[in-house]
Amino acid sequence: MSDIQLLSTYAFVAIAMILSMVQNLKLERELLIGTIRATVQLLAIGYILQFVFSMQSWPYILLMLALIVGGAAANVAGRGQGLPRVMSHAVLALTVTEIVAMGLLLVLHIVDATPQYIIPVSGMIVGNAMVTSSLLVNRLRAEVAARRQEILVALSLGASSAQASAVILRQSIRAAAIPIMDNLKTVGLVQLPGMMTGMIIAGANPLQAVRYQLMVMFVLTVATSLCAMIMGYLTYPTFFTAVHQLRSELATTGK
Amino acid sequence: MSDSDHVFELQDLWKERRDARTGKTVSVLQGITAQVEAGALVTIVGPSGAGKSTLLSLLNRLEDPDRGYIRYRGRDLADWNVLELRRRVGLVFQQPVMLDGTVEDNLLFGPRLAKSERPIDTAAFLERAGLPPEMLRRPGHELSGGEQQRVALARTLVNDPEVLLLDEVTSSLDLESEQIIESLIRNLNIQGLTCIWVTHDLGQAQRLDGQVWVLIGGRLEQAAPARALFTGERTPLADAFLQGRLRERERTAL
Repeated sequence: MSDIQLLSTYAFVAIAMILSMVQNLKLERELLIGTIRATVQLLAIGYILQFVFSMQSWPYILLMLALIVGGAAANVAGRGQGLPRVMSHAVLALTVTEIVAMGLLLVLHIVDATPQYIIPVSGMIVGNAMVTSSLLVNRLRAEVAARRQEILVALSLGASSAQASAVILRQSIRAAAIPIMDNLKTVGLVQLPGMMTGMIIAGANPLQAVRYQLMVMFVLTVATSLCAMIMGYLTYPTFFTAVHQLRSELATTGK
Repeated sequence: MSDSDHVFELQDLWKERRDARTGKTVSVLQGITAQVEAGALVTIVGPSGAGKSTLLSLLNRLEDPDRGYIRYRGRDLADWNVLELRRRVGLVFQQPVMLDGTVEDNLLFGPRLAKSERPIDTAAFLERAGLPPEMLRRPGHELSGGEQQRVALARTLVNDPEVLLLDEVTSSLDLESEQIIESLIRNLNIQGLTCIWVTHDLGQAQRLDGQVWVLIGGRLEQAAPARALFTGERTPLADAFLQGRLRERERTAL
């Protein structure tokens, strides 16, 4: 796409702004800020990626991966505000997930060990694992609050923290993993996935694009389930003390 | 008297709690010192907010006091394996909560946790609680409130506890369920089970005819046998409470 073509796309923003003014929606400011931010952020990422791709060296790749994991973990920690050690748990869960998923892809020679493959695919893995982890943390906290009395009954009958939260933990992991599974069932029926669309526009054979898309979806299924499980097993003990007492003050329905 | 005559020794127990609404810290328990003898039936009465339920939750270590200590059979609670302690000191809550599964699953919850091999006659436990054995196969959630509470009581008794803690267990029940539970507990107590029963029903405390603790504003205002207490041997504050004349400023922690 040429610079002229790129500039022309701002016509769409202009149309949106005119509509907003005519309809008195007062969205102009938001639109303007959003457009500028998107442009600056994506251009910056473009230049960074171009640089990392040209270097072809592991330290830069690992630095990029660390930034991706750090950003994603901060996002999960934001959702889990108030829970002890949620940031370090998220870093650990996302790192393990990335190592397992990307490691398999590399070991099985499904993708080449070049930044062009590693960084975008890692972005998809960690991004989706982040969404699943946030769902997990939210769900777990809500379940503990809603089923507080059940937990206390189980503890009173001699259950350990693990035994008292087993059902809740399983349900929360399932609930967090379901959106990705649903995705698998409907993909291609309504809209084509972003990556496949991109490859086709860039000139790839649609069947080749499908192969990559399938690979990504299967990897994401494993990665998100794995991350939800790790995050769940790291998070549930924080609701209890060492002597199997429920820390009721953490079990609120959130903000 | 040696330590072993007391099932429980409570020494200067203090517990603070943050009020969720006001954000202020209040002392729910303010220096409770008391003893419970083996085989006793203790009823704890007092206005709402006096700290009755909090006191019970300290006895099976669902919570720990901020200050003071509790000894169970002469040993500090902290020295007991907490999971074993909770089997020995069973607790039944005010609101019956059924765990997932059938009534039988509920009754066997404790033994399954302990991977206990001893045979358990679940039908007999149900019958003692005045419920038919056919009920074993029914999902716990389908029962009425009164039936659920009787199952909850049986579920705790299946663990074969040495002490039974009861937190207003009949307050939301029909008269029939209340009578069945009262007579069941009385029989168990006669057979030697130590019971500590929190109630807001003064009539119940009188019927149970055990030792009564009057808890007001987080303090143990008076501990006396029911007969003495209800025939008039009372401190002024306990008298005000029993006559329903306790003023607002005296109810809550000072």
